[in-house]
Amino acid sequence: MAQVALGLVNGAFYAMLSLGLAVIFGMLNVINFTHGAQFMMGAFAAWLMLGILGVPFWASLVLAPIIVGLIGVVLEKLLLKRIYHLDHLYGFLLTFGMALIIEGMFQWKWGSSGAPYPAPITGGTDLGFMIMPSYRLFVVVAALAICLATWYGIERTKLGAYLRAATENPTLVRAFGINVPRLITLTYGLGVGLAALAGVLAAPIMQVSPLMGTNLVLVVFAVVVIGGMGSIMGSIVTGFGLGLVEGLTKVYYPPAANTVIFVVMAIVLLVKPAGLFGQAK
Amino acid sequence: MSGQRIVVALVLAAAALAAPWFAYPVFLMTALCFALFACAFNLLLGYAGLMSFGHAMFFGTAGYFYGHVVKEWAMPPELGLLAGVGGAAALGVVTGALAIRRQGIYFAMITLAFAQMIFFLCVQAPFTHGEDGLQGIPRRALLGGLIPTKDDRVLYYVVLAIFLFGYFAIYRFIHSPFGQILKAIRDNEQRAVSLGYEADRYKLLAFVLSAALAGLAGSTKAMVLQFATLTDVSAAMSGEVVLMALVGGLGTIVGPVVGAFVIITMQNYLASAGEFVLVIQGAIFVVIVIAFRKGLVGELTEWWRRRSAPRPAAGDD
Repeated sequence: MAQVALGLVNGAFYAMLSLGLAVIFGMLNVINFTHGAQFMMGAFAAWLMLGILGVPFWASLVLAPIIVGLIGVVLEKLLLKRIYHLDHLYGFLLTFGMALIIEGMFQWKWGSSGAPYPAPITGGTDLGFMIMPSYRLFVVVAALAICLATWYGIERTKLGAYLRAATENPTLVRAFGINVPRLITLTYGLGVGLAALAGVLAAPIMQVSPLMGTNLVLVVFAVVVIGGMGSIMGSIVTGFGLGLVEGLTKVYYPPAANTVIFVVMAIVLLVKPAGLFGQAK
Repeated sequence: MSGQRIVVALVLAAAALAAPWFAYPVFLMTALCFALFACAFNLLLGYAGLMSFGHAMFFGTAGYFYGHVVKEWAMPPELGLLAGVGGAAALGVVTGALAIRRQGIYFAMITLAFAQMIFFLCVQAPFTHGEDGLQGIPRRALLGGLIPTKDDRVLYYVVLAIFLFGYFAIYRFIHSPFGQILKAIRDNEQRAVSLGYEADRYKLLAFVLSAALAGLAGSTKAMVLQFATLTDVSAAMSGEVVLMALVGGLGTIVGPVVGAFVIITMQNYLASAGEFVLVIQGAIFVVIVIAFRKGLVGELTEWWRRRSAPRPAAGDD
């Protein structure tokens, strides 16, 4: 039971990251391979601000995503916008290259071993069936709130409606006088900010290291294949669900915990190739 | 034109034969293995339109198969190569059958995910010796003792022969009716299906061939360097082969060979730069995708064609 609850923590990161990937893909038609690097940058931003300026965790939770999001905006303006007219593959390759550059520079500057980040909340909370470290509980609740807020923002607000419309038919939305290129830049910044926010949340749990995002993003790709990128809610449910599956596997057959998500992916491809929440295209 | 081609071919052949007297043979053999690996990857991307981002799983596991057969079972190297190719092809059948159920970018993500799964399995499985890797694979003589492979220069010719075998196999595939149908599917799948071709079967066959050739490259590399490690199964290796094909030129048959030599040479010279190699590789990705999408060979061919094309008559514009 305890492992299952802890699985939700991983699920929280899967959900936030796959949500960001889905939002970016919907608007930019680019699979953002840099997502893992941006997750790492969020954690690093929090760690550096704490170490150098003494900025507390709670402030980093707001500042780090903004900083990393702005860097994302610059990258979009400089590089990504040049390849929208090309095949999806080029976006994948370009963002892969960007990830290599970012991770390589961080490794060069800080080495690959990593540093701990002190947990802002200590102690445990009694949930009745188990005592869960309070910080991890906070992560699950916060991630859920952030995911639902993103869902609300996209599905229920006016700006979200513009976004969805621009995804469906950019030319027509432009004809209505809406600045679609700016909307695209904004979306990328938002998706990157989500990744960075997940990174800040992860900093006290994982070691802050240049490669902390690499392996995670590969698992998140599998999550995205399982869920399909068509639906925002789908990404959230799939993310948390797969975290649970992983937690359960850790209880019943620990050696498979690393690979179970990929096995689920294989099964989903056999049964419903378009993904659980995807439409066949 | 064909006279020119013959001269180029003769020069290349002479260079390939004389190379081990001018360059370090182990370096040349490694580069040839990667060149074959990149050609195998490019067969799938350039001619079937499928970008696999997980080709390291075939390359790396084939190395383990080779090492296990030759070292633990003490069998001749030919059987090791066969095991490597067969193992990679079998893995290709399973992962390929699943991956071709999705198209485009999803295909890349699925292959990447499967490769990561294989990587995790290799980390845990006992026969790979985890982080240490499978080391000290003995070099045995080939063809029942006819070809002594202790000498690097002799082994170089063996590797050159293996490379040429793989290269011409790919050449034959592409120029066969099978290759034509594959290109038709790449360009317009619906139309090919409506003409009665079962697109999925052709794609799967291309995937398995590509996997088998990547396996041949991986097991040959294990034969040369006498070890198999986790590096060869990692996602970074999958990215590297994409980079090689991209640098040389996607969809050109010579491109990946050129790209492999460029990247391996670069790594050789920059070995002391450590993590900075990653930064440089990333920068190459970015520059090529933004500015030189045809790659070295593609851009050069274009330049040559433009140069030799008749100039428009004066006052034409």
